[in-house]
Amino acid sequence: MNDRWDSRSADRAPPVDAENDVAAATVARQPGIAPRLIGQPFTRVDARAKVTGQAQFADDIALPRMTYLKLVRSTAAHARIRGIDLAAARRVPGVLGFLSGRDLPQPYGILPVSEDEHALALDTVRYVGDPIVAVAATSEEQAHEAALAVIIDYQPLTTIASVEQALDTPEPRIHQYGEQGNIHKTVSLAFGDTAAGFEAAECLLEDTFFYEGNTHLALEQHAAVAVPEDDERITVYSSTQTPHYVHRALAKVLGLPAARIRVIACTNGGGFGGKTDPFNHEIAVAKMALELGRPVKVTLSREEVFYCHRGRHPVLMHLRTGFRRDGTITAQHLRTALDGGAYGSYGVASTYYTGALPTTTYHLPAYRFEAVRAFTNKPPCGPKRGHGTPQPRYALEVHLDKAAHVLGIDPAELRLRNIASAGSVTTNWLQLGTIGLAKCIEAVVAGSGWRKRYGRLRHGRGLGLACGAYLCGAGLPIYWNHMPQSGVHIKLDRSGNVAVFCGEAEIGQGSDSVLAAIVAEILGIALADIRLCVADTDLTPVDLGSYSSRVTLMVGHAAVEAAERARAVIAKAVAAQLGVPAEQLVFAERRVFDARDPASGLPFADAVVAAEARYGTLVTAGSYTPPRAPGRYRGSGVGPSPTYSYTAAVIEVEVDPETGLFDVEHVWIAHDIGRAINPVLALGQIEGSVYMGLGEAMMEEQAFRRLPPRLSGALVHKMPSMLEYKSPSFQDMPEITSYLIESPDPQGPFGAKEVGQGPLLPIIPALANAVFDAVGVRIDQVPIQPDLLLKALAAAEKGREPRIGPNAFPDVDFGEPLRVPTPQQGGDGRALDDPRRQQAPGTRSADGTMSEREQALRKGHDAALTTP
Amino acid sequence: MTVCDSATASFVVNGEAQTIAFPVHHTLLEVLRERCGLPGTKHGCELGECGTCSVLVDGEPVLSCLLLAIEASGRRIETVEGLQQGNRLHPLQRAFADLGAAQCGYCTPGMLMVAKALLRTHPEPTAAQIEEALSGNLCRCTGYGRIVQAVQWAAAMLRGDPWRPPAEAFFGATATDDAGTS
Repeated sequence: MNDRWDSRSADRAPPVDAENDVAAATVARQPGIAPRLIGQPFTRVDARAKVTGQAQFADDIALPRMTYLKLVRSTAAHARIRGIDLAAARRVPGVLGFLSGRDLPQPYGILPVSEDEHALALDTVRYVGDPIVAVAATSEEQAHEAALAVIIDYQPLTTIASVEQALDTPEPRIHQYGEQGNIHKTVSLAFGDTAAGFEAAECLLEDTFFYEGNTHLALEQHAAVAVPEDDERITVYSSTQTPHYVHRALAKVLGLPAARIRVIACTNGGGFGGKTDPFNHEIAVAKMALELGRPVKVTLSREEVFYCHRGRHPVLMHLRTGFRRDGTITAQHLRTALDGGAYGSYGVASTYYTGALPTTTYHLPAYRFEAVRAFTNKPPCGPKRGHGTPQPRYALEVHLDKAAHVLGIDPAELRLRNIASAGSVTTNWLQLGTIGLAKCIEAVVAGSGWRKRYGRLRHGRGLGLACGAYLCGAGLPIYWNHMPQSGVHIKLDRSGNVAVFCGEAEIGQGSDSVLAAIVAEILGIALADIRLCVADTDLTPVDLGSYSSRVTLMVGHAAVEAAERARAVIAKAVAAQLGVPAEQLVFAERRVFDARDPASGLPFADAVVAAEARYGTLVTAGSYTPPRAPGRYRGSGVGPSPTYSYTAAVIEVEVDPETGLFDVEHVWIAHDIGRAINPVLALGQIEGSVYMGLGEAMMEEQAFRRLPPRLSGALVHKMPSMLEYKSPSFQDMPEITSYLIESPDPQGPFGAKEVGQGPLLPIIPALANAVFDAVGVRIDQVPIQPDLLLKALAAAEKGREPRIGPNAFPDVDFGEPLRVPTPQQGGDGRALDDPRRQQAPGTRSADGTMSEREQALRKGHDAALTTP
Repeated sequence: MTVCDSATASFVVNGEAQTIAFPVHHTLLEVLRERCGLPGTKHGCELGECGTCSVLVDGEPVLSCLLLAIEASGRRIETVEGLQQGNRLHPLQRAFADLGAAQCGYCTPGMLMVAKALLRTHPEPTAAQIEEALSGNLCRCTGYGRIVQAVQWAAAMLRGDPWRPPAEAFFGATATDDAGTS
């Protein structure tokens, strides 16, 4: 089926950018040969399994003697556990065993700086849904019945519902760690001279915004199956984006050597960041399987998935920016307050991410960033598509839209005037790569007719523009180490079969297809010649997982290296056999042949035979470690990436001023992808991002309410069902026009950059800006809902400020900022006055700068880290 | 509830007659996945909210999580496993595969089955008809546009019409220099 596309590829010129030699060299991995597969819309390698029902998701696994596990989850939002009564539960027929916190006392957590979770609560529960007891039975129904029969005696504690309340309520502490009271983390960074920047400004603008939390809502509910092999070995199948991190957490909590634990990530039924933490159920099911000596399965209900969460943090933001009359920015000060929920999760990284990336799009000569993350008695927040950046991006892009109006500059033009310089190091010490943002803006401006239509449509109709940028993989791993972030093995044998092994996890984004296509391209074979083995910690080399938009770039580089090594070995053998220089050989059309005499050559399988005969059994490996980032200050570990992707979008909206109801009519979106490995999959990521962005912008809310006092007063999810948690349906989606802006980035494999997350970012602010163009009101909070529009329109009618949104930012003592001279000031990437610089090298700091980590490692310590 | 009555029912599942014993309160979804060895049908909520578990009963789309298996006794059931003919994919499956209308693939079985029912009564459906027919099925990956186009493509294949989605669907729109639309 894949070969069908070969004829269609003639529709377009070979995807080599002839204008740009560097780019051409980046793209063409074989001198003089344009890629045959890369850049073409080939059918994804897992498509057939997915359209026939053969793809195996975790809950599809059924094994002989399999038993079923259910978790008893807390009904109290914050309480001490006085007692657990299992008597009634033990009497349920079919019950095989129970686990409680004492069986799994080792704490864990995705970030080494916040290992604050227990698989089952030890003595305290911190949100409604916090697991307390695990029960296994011979059927799922019996396990469920037994779970209902477990009686927990709670001693209620004060519950905290918001950041403001957390700041006002230092006692009781939700955790006995963190900065103080219920403040988990604060950040205060100052890059360059913001005071001078604001002094030089000819226009100062201040805004406050709120972005409500929302959740991933992957259609597949999390599931895991644990299979014990003997007393000391176990296999865990799971719906996870990060089998490597689950592997580490299991080893830690079970107290088994990691080599005896095998984690296999099944095909994921959607992830979006919701399956990147090691979860309670994954640990409990493994422990139960070891106890029972039988396979155990756990599948979460939809309600439990809402309580597992780890989704978008609710964030309150305050922005202050200085502009010159020409629209250029002189300084910016961003403050963010994150409602973290009950545990750390990725929260320290999320906190830094709310301030790390504004500088990647626009040049900010001086920049100050302050942030606070508070613990609250709600499900923990974590990473969702765009991790920590959609909230401040929404704020920044609406803020710029307001600035454009104040300054009388077209919003597109304002952005064009501020775009950061390709290849520069930003004010906060991020090394930028290629920047296609201007081309993106031009594409959506042209496509939408912006210049003729913006500001000129009838009342009720409007256009809005916004931009964004995202990582192509986090520059640092979650736990500090000197090892590669991605690895690929290739096994070739005399049959001509090429088996490719990699720890990456397919979550629907097409990572399997990227991996296979890169190997097939370099070896000149078809996708069908490749057998993939992925996401199996026993068999595949480590890849850190599907998060931070890292897979195409990092797995891609590892695959390029492994495949080029395989090609080199084969080329040497074939060169000897044909009597031509190895450099003259071409790998294409499933043959290896002489470029000067294409008739002279071998079928690929025969070429492998030649190499195996000459060099023995053939295996090659490739790996990738990102370049070292220039930042050396505490907190500089969050934000670096080998390069960044860019996006611009224009949204057209129709608002009914009578009802506040609105329809998104059209979205034009252009994404600087460097080079699309497969345009169909890339477009799918863009369209999916537009969809998810519109869901967040218009309706999705992970919101909570208090039960009345007679019902315990607990904080419960407002809507833990798919009927109540609104997400867009077929009938809510507008027409989407997507442009792939291709200009290969030398940092990317074949020039490729990410596409899975970046395109979501401009959608939310573009909608807010379009609503303003349509009816002249500002909705400074997300989601933007018709009742807010009506309120704002009513305010406008009464001559009040036509705006709905927060008016104040809480009073937080962020302390003295860490002052970091910028590259423009001649800084060296370090902070001026970091008190921790005085610390003895090798001590475990709260965050750990790059150099501190390195020193710690040299001394043999396990250094702390804040970065995903 | 633990000691429950067992029921026995006969169905024709994907053209094959089956007689199956199951707890009487089990849904068709549970029986298909756990007793018939057909895990291709997925579940997203088990409350009738997401459409993921859609199958056809006597040709009509049904949420298998809301139908007791006993109610389907004697009826003709079609699941995703029955779509292909031998090793040949159904045009809907081909179109979904080639157009990238399946990403994570979890909603895909349900989408395919509802689309199949639509095409039986509407061999040339408009985009609006497809959107209406599938509006009870959620997808979190695709943004739906490719699914609509894939159903149109499959409909064309079934009619023998050479229509295929435009080049834009495979390569993206071509950026222009000038202001284009109205």
